[in-house]
Amino acid sequence: MALLSINHLTLSIHGTPILRDVSMSLQPGKVLGVIGESGSGKSMTANAVMRLLPNGAACTGQIVLEERDLLDLGETRMNTLRGRDIGMIFQEPMTALNPVQTIGDQVAETILIHKAASKADALRIARETLNRVGLPEKTFPMSRYPHELSGGQRQRVVIAMAIALRPRLLIADEPTTALDVTTQAQILRLLKRLVQEDGMGLILSTHDLAVVSDMADDIVIMKRGEVVEEGPAATLYRQMKHPYTKALFAASGHVPDRAPAAESAQTPLLEVRNVVRDYSLPRTRLFRAPGHFRAVDDVSFAIRRGESLGLVGESGCGKSTLTRALLGLETVQGGEILFDGKPMVENGRVVPGIRRKMQVVFQDPYGSFNPRHKVARLITEPYHLLPDPPKGAERDRAIAEALESVDMPAAAADKYIHEFSGGQRQRIAIARALIIRPELIILDEAVSALDVSVRAQVLDLLSDLSARLGLTYLFISHDLSVVRAITDRVLVMKSGRIVEHGATEAVFKAPRHDYTKTLIDAAPRLPDVARERTAG
Amino acid sequence: MRLPSDAPRSVSPLRAVSRSLNLSLGLVLILIFFGAALVSLIWTPYDVAALDIPNKLKPPGWPHLMGTDHFGRDVFSMILVGARTSIAVAVVAVGIGMGLGVPLGLTAAARPGSFLDELIMRGNDLVFAFPALLIAIMITAVFGPGAVNAILAIGIFNIPVFARLSRGAALSLWTRDFVLSARVAGKGALRISYEHILPNILNLLIVQGTIQFSLGILAEAGLSYVGLGAQPPIPSWGRMLAESQTMISFAPHLALFPGLAIVLTVLGLNLMGDGLRDLLDPKIRRER
Repeated sequence: MALLSINHLTLSIHGTPILRDVSMSLQPGKVLGVIGESGSGKSMTANAVMRLLPNGAACTGQIVLEERDLLDLGETRMNTLRGRDIGMIFQEPMTALNPVQTIGDQVAETILIHKAASKADALRIARETLNRVGLPEKTFPMSRYPHELSGGQRQRVVIAMAIALRPRLLIADEPTTALDVTTQAQILRLLKRLVQEDGMGLILSTHDLAVVSDMADDIVIMKRGEVVEEGPAATLYRQMKHPYTKALFAASGHVPDRAPAAESAQTPLLEVRNVVRDYSLPRTRLFRAPGHFRAVDDVSFAIRRGESLGLVGESGCGKSTLTRALLGLETVQGGEILFDGKPMVENGRVVPGIRRKMQVVFQDPYGSFNPRHKVARLITEPYHLLPDPPKGAERDRAIAEALESVDMPAAAADKYIHEFSGGQRQRIAIARALIIRPELIILDEAVSALDVSVRAQVLDLLSDLSARLGLTYLFISHDLSVVRAITDRVLVMKSGRIVEHGATEAVFKAPRHDYTKTLIDAAPRLPDVARERTAG
Repeated sequence: MRLPSDAPRSVSPLRAVSRSLNLSLGLVLILIFFGAALVSLIWTPYDVAALDIPNKLKPPGWPHLMGTDHFGRDVFSMILVGARTSIAVAVVAVGIGMGLGVPLGLTAAARPGSFLDELIMRGNDLVFAFPALLIAIMITAVFGPGAVNAILAIGIFNIPVFARLSRGAALSLWTRDFVLSARVAGKGALRISYEHILPNILNLLIVQGTIQFSLGILAEAGLSYVGLGAQPPIPSWGRMLAESQTMISFAPHLALFPGLAIVLTVLGLNLMGDGLRDLLDPKIRRER
């Protein structure tokens, strides 16, 4: 019999329908993958099971956990279930822990709240649980604070909190989205092991099809608050009845059409020679010079005109620092950066004529625009670099042209940024980069925050633009499949150094450096059967 | 993908009503107060400087709505003119605080950790270390009592308040991507502060402004009470209170009306500040 069954759940908030007739069920010891893009209602479904719903939410239907309908229970009864029978893991490990409490206290808290043990026993159970999630006592005493741990380690603490009382149901809402690929692989392995050991049921909701592919026994695909397809993972991948499922899979492995860059013997558009960027550490002793942290260590590479170069690395590898150095936002301590054969920085200032030829698109479509300006003003910001920016009708024409080149209506110019979705905002960010007709665009995780279908569209747009306008891209990402889809050559960065570079396909097929191999192995992959089906 | 824990923080209907009630009540009080100040510019029932000894210490009634004081001056007229004094002092003082404090805070935020930042913020600490009234007494001790010196003293006290506030808010904005892309567009710190930072901290400044405004009115009343504010014959609520002190047993109306005026005005400003903060805050949250 099923551990959890959700029957015809319909949910609305202040009259706005959020979920419509959602049904799914989960057996003990199994993993249910809930897949959907943002707005599909997968988080709301998870919250409904926990009964952590916003004010004004009205539910009908049933959520049956071991023969008890959770929707009938009062708040007090629900509190005794949360944490004890149902554990929950959140997406963002950075904010899911209390920064002023030690990890031991936080894990023990769950146990103490449910009065499952005395204080001493609770601490002992907390210790055991931390050991189980791969945080051994020797290196991770319970007196550690969250800020002393990395993102992956914090997520382990969050998992320890969720499983401390051995709940029968574990809900993980995008548990690995905020993590690097290698960490993601470890966390997924850990979750799988815990499910097997404890025989609990796991609901794993994610937007990434590849993540669930080797985890889930059953899969539910959601779209706009409805379940569009469900079934055992193996059959679902083979059949894919619903067109949305097919579209989702196609988008997930999408490779835009693009011609490889022609080999040429010209001067490289951008050449980086032995660049070093040190940060000084805080002084630890009064009479000793403060130490240095070398974020970028002797990095050299070149980008040819019209080429698309990928830069791959995990968080903290120095790729963001390198980006800022390339944009002239940070001073380098050694080496030089040449643009079109000429030094980019002279007398500590970026040469204005060069800065005009480089633009950037950032990751976060929500944070990269001033919310108080209209789109026309936002995308013309780079005009500040021109000695004689276009005015009046000419300016309007340029705005319309830039917007149309990213498939946005010219009328968008008069709107504020909050009227647009994430994908549209990223298009506007590209329009802002294009408006002064740069030669090089640095794409700093530019598609990482987007849903798969939107990401496929933006990738198509990028490859189309590069063909039409002869743009050169530096594509910085932690997402290997995206880098593989859009770049000609790739650099792999680790701890501030470039550990491998070469033609993208060659590196992916036959990685030479161990770190590259680890990265490629860790990246979640769609099952072959699904890839074959969507490729045809 | 929003964290689910954000969701239950939405506003209950009761709270929404009380919020708009705050704001509207505050606004009504402030409008009365500003109206009184405006009316006093063109018309007062009686001349506030004219003495009328035969009619001294009249209780409230007709034709003296709020009675007369020990010189026979009309209390209602004095309250009207006093509103003008309070507004003038508070507006200029908040103006000084914002006009100097905000640029200082933005400058400090543009180069965090630099020598300039340290200089500005430690200077702020120095001013903060003295209570406002103490500064006022020091200034008036040196330059002599008067409305102008009171304004200066209250204004100087306002500078670090605004400098701190704008530095803190600006610091978090400087790390946002839109500021980074403005830097990529070659814009300097000054231009970014003015174009990107300032509009985004304006709501904070407005709310703090109303609160400082009410503190300014209180400070003016306090200074006048001890005789360091506006000098006679210019009427001031604080001095009216001070003068009524000895007569409170037989002419309580002399203390009642200026006291009520101060209380209601400060209450109105605080309510408005609260209401504005509630009104502006969810907007920030929505836009994120």
